Amino acid sequence: MIRLFLRDLTLAIRAGGGFGLGLAFFLIVVVLVPFGVGPESQTLRTIAPGVLWIGALLACLLSLDRIFQLDFEDGSLDLLATAPIPLEAVAGMKAAAHWMTTGLPLTLAAPALGILLNMEQGFGWLTLSLAVGTPALSMIGAFGAALTVGLKRGGLLLSLLVLPLYVPTLIFGAEVVRRGAEGLAVGTPLALLAGITLGTLALLPFAAAAALRVNLR
Amino acid sequence: MVLKTHDLACTRGGIPVLAGVSFALAPGEVLLLRGPNGIGKTTLLRTIAGLQPPLAGSVDCAPDAIAYGAHADGLKATLSVAENLSFWAGIYGGTGIAPALAAFNLEKLRDRAAQNLSAGQKRRLGLARLLVTGRPVWALDEPTVSLDVASVALFADAVRAHCEAGGAALIATHIDLGFKARELDVAQFRASETAAGGFDGGFDSGFDEAFL
Repeated sequence: MIRLFLRDLTLAIRAGGGFGLGLAFFLIVVVLVPFGVGPESQTLRTIAPGVLWIGALLACLLSLDRIFQLDFEDGSLDLLATAPIPLEAVAGMKAAAHWMTTGLPLTLAAPALGILLNMEQGFGWLTLSLAVGTPALSMIGAFGAALTVGLKRGGLLLSLLVLPLYVPTLIFGAEVVRRGAEGLAVGTPLALLAGITLGTLALLPFAAAAALRVNLR
Repeated sequence: MVLKTHDLACTRGGIPVLAGVSFALAPGEVLLLRGPNGIGKTTLLRTIAGLQPPLAGSVDCAPDAIAYGAHADGLKATLSVAENLSFWAGIYGGTGIAPALAAFNLEKLRDRAAQNLSAGQKRRLGLARLLVTGRPVWALDEPTVSLDVASVALFADAVRAHCEAGGAALIATHIDLGFKARELDVAQFRASETAAGGFDGGFDSGFDEAFL
């Protein structure tokens, strides 16, 4: 299992693997926002939590269709399905590798981008909320990718399927940052955010494996 | 018997293509699946490998006994030959990759990226994967595509060594591999026209070609 994780990381880092694509996209979205809404520092400070979370969510979405599609096209998915590791573990490991190459860099870069949006405090909560919330984005995305794996141009359908499922994570994630930035207590939204992540990690590998089995027939 | 099918029926795209497939494979035996294009050899192999459920009948085989070799080799273009093979060896908990590299004459290519291999070299790497799986039954789908005569001989040697060690192989192929083996003509198991979606006389070879 760990071999699969390491292979996916290696593939992402090598040429054409798409590592850093999500991060660059995130950077550009956040930098563009002040051009769109104007330079008033108070406005920027108000919308910063939502902008950062929506940016992270879209950046995550960008590389989702690669999770299973490339393996499906070159035949490795068939071979993995007949290998001794369970398909549930394949789905889990691939989501973990996606998080390492997308969610983790976003989490680490977010505080710097928070300064660009004139955030003054709550950087710790911003990092923590992304660290807690982005694993759910990768896992839900892996499920969506498993559902659409056999389809030509499945990326578009994947976005439509996955974005509504991201809504709870977005609401509670952005709420943690907003409260953190205003100096309020963040316990409740943070607990709900963590609950969503743990729930998806517990259930979705099974759903993703079931979807893969159907699509491999 | 390492593998036995009983009255197996398989579908492709929801349409039954084969019915009543019964055969047994003993340790040390090679069974060649013959039949024209589109008759359902790939579908049969995928069903036996467990990638799709049978429509009827059963496949009796020890769990985790089958190493499936598909048309696609499952290689990652940016990984080297050794990295590709080590990955599969790790997944199957297998031993070192050196014997597999030697068996398919890949030692000189071990550090070359898979994207820079020729079609025949890629195929040899795909076949070397079988040796690192350590599984007793090989289910291979046209393994000799794009191989030259010398490489086909390497493959035949690998199959022979595998069988001498107590393994078995089920190979769908159109060519003569150069050793004696039992042959099974898949065409005799073709599903009847009515079973194939209830077409009356409209089920021609051009139609099922589109699905196979």
